[in-house]
Amino acid sequence: MKLKDIEKEEFYRASYGCAGCAAVLAVRLTIKVLGKNSVYVVPANCISTVSCYYPQAPFFVPFTVMAFAATASACSGISAGFKRRGREDIHVVGFSGDGGTADIGIQALSGAIDCGNKFIYICYDNEAYMNTGIQRSGLTPYGATTTTTPSPCFENRPKKDMLRIVAAHDIPYAATACSSYPLDYMEKVKKASQVNGPTYIHILTPCPTGWGFPPDETIEIGRMAVESGVWKLTEFENGEFRTTYTPKRSRPVSEYLAAQARFRHLSPEQVAAIQKEIDAARD
Amino acid sequence: MKKEKSIPGPVSKAGTIPTRMGTWSTAKPVLKGKCTFCLFCWVFCPEGAISQDEANRKVTFNFEDCKGCGICVRECPTKAIEMVEVEGGR
Amino acid sequence: MATEMSTRKFITANEAVAQAAKLARVDVVAAYPITPQTSIVEKIAKYIADGEMDADYLKVESEHSALTACMGVRMAGARAFTSTSSQGLEYMHEMLAYAAGGRYPLVLVNVCRSVALPWSIWGDQQDAIQQRDTGWIQIFTETGQEALDMVLQAYRIAEDHRVLLPVMVCLDSFIQSHTEELVEIPDQATVDSFLPRYDPVVTLDVDNPYSISVGGFGKHYAHWREEQQEAAEKAAGVIVEVGDEFGRIFGRHYRGLIEEYRCDGAEAVLFAMGAVTGTARDVVDEMRDEGKAVGLVKVRAFRPFPVELLRKVASQVKAAAVLDRDCSWGYEGALATDLKAALYGLSSPPAILNFIGGLAGADVPPERMKYMLDKALAAERGTTPHLEFIDR
Repeated sequence: MKLKDIEKEEFYRASYGCAGCAAVLAVRLTIKVLGKNSVYVVPANCISTVSCYYPQAPFFVPFTVMAFAATASACSGISAGFKRRGREDIHVVGFSGDGGTADIGIQALSGAIDCGNKFIYICYDNEAYMNTGIQRSGLTPYGATTTTTPSPCFENRPKKDMLRIVAAHDIPYAATACSSYPLDYMEKVKKASQVNGPTYIHILTPCPTGWGFPPDETIEIGRMAVESGVWKLTEFENGEFRTTYTPKRSRPVSEYLAAQARFRHLSPEQVAAIQKEIDAARD
Repeated sequence: MKKEKSIPGPVSKAGTIPTRMGTWSTAKPVLKGKCTFCLFCWVFCPEGAISQDEANRKVTFNFEDCKGCGICVRECPTKAIEMVEVEGGR
Repeated sequence: MATEMSTRKFITANEAVAQAAKLARVDVVAAYPITPQTSIVEKIAKYIADGEMDADYLKVESEHSALTACMGVRMAGARAFTSTSSQGLEYMHEMLAYAAGGRYPLVLVNVCRSVALPWSIWGDQQDAIQQRDTGWIQIFTETGQEALDMVLQAYRIAEDHRVLLPVMVCLDSFIQSHTEELVEIPDQATVDSFLPRYDPVVTLDVDNPYSISVGGFGKHYAHWREEQQEAAEKAAGVIVEVGDEFGRIFGRHYRGLIEEYRCDGAEAVLFAMGAVTGTARDVVDEMRDEGKAVGLVKVRAFRPFPVELLRKVASQVKAAAVLDRDCSWGYEGALATDLKAALYGLSSPPAILNFIGGLAGADVPPERMKYMLDKALAAERGTTPHLEFIDR
C-alpha cells in the first residue's frame, strides 16, 4: 500500500472531535480501507459522543451507538444477522476506546471472540476515559496522572497487555498499531477484513487534550511512543507474534515523557526506572 | 422539526453535517512553499480537510472542515505549509 | 378448533416456548443459561443440532451480551430470540431500556423467578416487575399453550410498524416452565400465514446508510420519548387486534389486555397475573356456588397498562383483592399501586386490599384465595389501604 493508492473519498467528516484528535484520524483511515461496505458499532466514548447527536451524523456509512459494555456482543449479533441474510461480505467493525475495551467491555469482547463470528474489533487507545474528562482506565500507563490519579500521585500499575489477552483466546488475527503509522495500520485493517472470524486491532491514538500537548504534535507524539519503545507495532497470526515495524532510530523515553503534561511530575529517578523497564523488554 | 420519513426512534441519515467545524479554527494552513505532493499532510489530517489536486500536483485545503490543528504544517517534510491567523480571530 | 395439521403433545411451557421460537422462524438465538429458563434454550439448541430448526445459536457469555446480540441481529434485518430469568433479566437491565428506547422489535421470554437476596431459584414475578419502566411490553401468561401462542403473537406485535417495541412474554417458574400439560402445536404453514417475514423499518443498510440508536438533546429527545409513549399506547390496540386474528386462524381466543371471569354482578374481584389465575378461576366457581358474588380479573398486559378496562371493571365492585407476587419495597405490590392509580377520580372507588404472596415459589392454595376474597367481600368502599403478606 502506498499513500497515493489510498481511497480519496472521505467517509467521516465534521465530527465534534477536538482539533488534532488521533481517534478521529483512526476512524477516517479505517473507513478508507473498508469502504462503503462496512458498518460501525461505537459504544460510549469520544467517537460516539462527537458523532451521534441528532441531526449530526458524520459517519457516511451505517453507524450505531451501543452501550458501553456492549461493543463486541453487538458486533457478534450484527455479524450473525448478516450471515443469515447472506451478507457476509459486509464488514462489521467495533470501534471502542481503551476503557470500553480493557475495562467494562472486556467480558463481551472475550465472549464474542470465543463465539467466533466475523468482525473487526478496533480498540483506539488514548490511555484514559477522555470523553468523561480524563479518568484513568486499565490502559493508562504507569506514571501518568489523570483526574482520578492526580498529582502528586499517579497511575501505579502498568497498562494491561490487550494483545496478549486476545491472543490467549486463539484469535485468528490481532495487531497493534499507531495513528502515526497510517500505512502499517491500514494494512492491518485490510488483513483483518480478509479473515473469516473475529479480529482485533489495538491502535494507540495520542490525545492532545488528555495527554497535554499541542494539537499539531499528535503525529509526532505517536512517533515518539514507537521510537522510544513505549509502544510496539506487532501482529499476532497463526499463534505467533511478529514485529511489523522496527523504528529506524531509537529515542530515550525521557523525550516522550517530557513532551506531555501528564508525565511532567515524574522525577529523573522515576524516568530512569521507566527507561530501564523499556530496555529490559527490548532485550 | 425535520425528521426522516416515518422511521421512529433515534435515527438520523448518515452523512448529515449541520455544522461546519471550520468555524472552530483560529488559524488556517496556507501553502507557501513548493508542494512535493508527498501526501503526508493529506493522510495525517484527522478531518479529511485536505484534497489532492492531481492536475497541479499539490494539495488544497478545505477551510469548511479544517479545525486548525496544524498537523499538516508540522508533518510537511519540506516545510511548505504555514499557519496564518484567521482575520479578526474567532 | 385445531388447524388441520396441528399436533397435540404433553409438554412443558418451556418446550412450548421453544416450539414457538422454531415456528416463528427465528434466525438467531442468543441466550445464557439460568434456572428455570434453561430447558427452553436446551430444546432450541437440540432442534438446531438435529436440523429441525434453521437458525444459528450464539453462545454468548452473559445475558447482557445475549440481549445486545439480539439487537445486533435486528440491526442486520433478521429475527432474534432470547430468554432468561431472574438475575439474568436483572443483568440485562441496561440493554432492556436501550432496546425499548431504540425501538428494537425484540421478543424475550422471561421465566419469572424471585430475585436475590435472599437466594431462591423458585418463582415469583419480582424480576419482571422490576423491569416495568424499561419500556417493554409485558404480557403475563397462564399456561404452556398461552405461552406458545403469545410468543407467536409477540413477534407480530413487536414488529408491527405502529409499535416497534420489544415484547417480554412472561411465564411462571416451574408451575408453567417445568409442568407438562397438553399443548396444541400449530403447523408451520399456518404460522407462516399468521406471521410473515420480518419487514424492518431501518437496518444497518450499506446501500441506504443511517446512523441508528443515536442521541439527541432537548426537543429531539422529547420527540423520541413522546413517540415511544405513543407507540406503547398504540400497542394496546395492536395486542387486541393480533389476538383477534390469532383466534380466527388458530381457534384459541385471548381476550386482549385483561380477561374477566364471572365479574358480572361481582361485589369482590381478585386481580392477579400469571399461572395463579388458573387456581383462582376454580376458587371463584366454588365461592359462586356458595352464593358469594366474586370474580377474577386476569391481567395479561402489565405494560401497556389497561387503565380503561380496569377502571370499568373495578368501578362496578365494592372491593378488589390484588395478589402481587412482587413488592415495591417500602410501598406495596406493583399491580396494586398501578390499579389504584388507574382508579383515581372515581366517585366511589372500591376498597383495595393488597396481598403479597406466592413469593419464591410459595404455593397460593385455594384456601388463601378464598381468604383474600372473603376479606374483600367484608371490606367497605373507601377503607384504609391494606397490605398483607400471606405466605406465612
